Amino acid sequence: MAQGPRDRVSAPRGVPDDGTPAPASGVGTDGAPDTGRRALEATWRIESARIVGALARYTGDLALAEDVASEAVAEALVSWPRDGVPRDSTAWLLATGRRRAIDAFRRRAGRDVRYAAFARDLDEGGVHAGATPSGDDEPDLLWDPDRIEDDKLTLIFTSCHPVLPKEARVALTLRVVGGLTSEEIARAFLVPTPTIQARITRAKKQLGAARVPFEVPPADERPARLGSVLNVLYVIFTEGSSASGGGDWIRTDLAREAIRLARVLSRLMPDEPEAAGLLALLELTAARFPARTGPDGEPILLADQDRRRWDASAVRRGRAALARAEAAGRGLGPYALQAAIAEQHDVADSVDGTNWARIVRLYEALGRVAPSPVVELNRAVAVSMASGPEAALEIVDVLVGSGALAGSYLLPSVRGELLSRLGRRDEARRELETAAQRCGNERERGVLEAKAAALGPPSG
Amino acid sequence: MAKYMLIMRSTDEAEAAFADSGIDFDEMLATMGRFNNEMIEAGVLVAAEGLEEADKGVVVDYSTDEPTVTDGPYGETKELFNGYWILDVPTIDDAVAWAKKAPLAGSGMKSEIRRIPTIDEFPADNEWIQAERAWRERTGQL
Repeated sequence: MAQGPRDRVSAPRGVPDDGTPAPASGVGTDGAPDTGRRALEATWRIESARIVGALARYTGDLALAEDVASEAVAEALVSWPRDGVPRDSTAWLLATGRRRAIDAFRRRAGRDVRYAAFARDLDEGGVHAGATPSGDDEPDLLWDPDRIEDDKLTLIFTSCHPVLPKEARVALTLRVVGGLTSEEIARAFLVPTPTIQARITRAKKQLGAARVPFEVPPADERPARLGSVLNVLYVIFTEGSSASGGGDWIRTDLAREAIRLARVLSRLMPDEPEAAGLLALLELTAARFPARTGPDGEPILLADQDRRRWDASAVRRGRAALARAEAAGRGLGPYALQAAIAEQHDVADSVDGTNWARIVRLYEALGRVAPSPVVELNRAVAVSMASGPEAALEIVDVLVGSGALAGSYLLPSVRGELLSRLGRRDEARRELETAAQRCGNERERGVLEAKAAALGPPSG
Repeated sequence: MAKYMLIMRSTDEAEAAFADSGIDFDEMLATMGRFNNEMIEAGVLVAAEGLEEADKGVVVDYSTDEPTVTDGPYGETKELFNGYWILDVPTIDDAVAWAKKAPLAGSGMKSEIRRIPTIDEFPADNEWIQAERAWRERTGQL
């Protein structure tokens, strides 16, 4: 039977791979062992954040929780194919992870007084509260449904902690909150798997060295810490929606993961308008994905997209999220403003039918709360649509004069477009050629080269 | 990704036992709501509907030349079809894992999981398939 659509997505997400032995040979060769492995993969895809979150709350140590969760998965890879899938597979992983954590505490007790106290309590069956390990033998405490949501939020904040370099935050979040393997993360970011493994190992060490507690940040640190979380999710999404290298134009799996995480975050933090704003931005941007590529994967520009192929449900979800951000009544933040711009495109029936004057105003507002040369360049594009290329070229030339975005393909690409509309073909061609040379994405480069070529040979 | 239908099934006996159990309706809504919400958040839930009681439905039976219409329930069949979820997930194992989490319990309660073939699995040169594809494109169902 044909499996057309499935061929287009990457292999299903698997189980953790760091420090985990490869599955025993022979697994997967006949029905029963394969069933065990596949059930494990499915359980992990659905429940990994819960499992790692609950174990991190139990141990007070995200790095240890991640290690023992991986060990539990390794154990399941051996025992499930052999003994059958447990009736409650999540509880099995959790109980096994907890046993491994207790083993680790006992091992460490010899070298570290902190752990010695824990181990003594474990032996006496004592129960701790908060970030210290509980010696209770009932897995129910670990599995308290009232704590699951808190665990998930804590997991997100901890893996996006500012003591970590940005790349490490992204990798760790995808790993512990998204449940992706190092190999999957590596594939998504087009780097070798050992690079991601090293990045995650280092991140876990850094969290330990900085004694980062497994807790949601206190109120006074929240705004700054939330900023880091939102930025990580945004980076994951943009990496998925506009691949910075390689031949793929969109890697929807990463974008989908970012939207999923943003959805979780905005529900967990209903009073944070920017959490809703980010979700709105991602939904309203992803709504256009179905029309962004042609049959051969070539990019199709906004003006040429078949708007009937836009995802109407995603537009509705995005607008609803944006309305929640607006309802907070505190003015729109940078993510919500970008969402409002995306919304203007999503609701327009054509480029000509787009409310460009409103988009210009939104970019002006965005430039006030989050000034950047890229925002300024986008404002110039909107101005060119609202008031013509001449006014826009003035903005772009100020940018050129400031030296901002030097070396980026964006500036010559926009400038070339404006010059072309003004009939200054030789200058336009030169700008577009420069842009093509600087552009890292093969597909996008092709579009720029085609535009330059369409202007004809140099005159005179 | 592939679409699977989780078909909620029960029996007359399970229905009667449920009616007698005196379970709080609000609590049932909350439990089901949490389950659905988890699937929505995970981005796997495509659609879901629950059906009105079978005895308020009608059965059209094609065993005879002219179909026979009778009031529900199904008569001699003991299995009742009560509702469904459609999930978009990577493998059938994911559909099974979600089904195991569904807040359904009791003797005779079941969910059946069936894959929904995509339009790509039908002959692309057939005019009816082409018409269906056009309708799916138009209504955002691809």
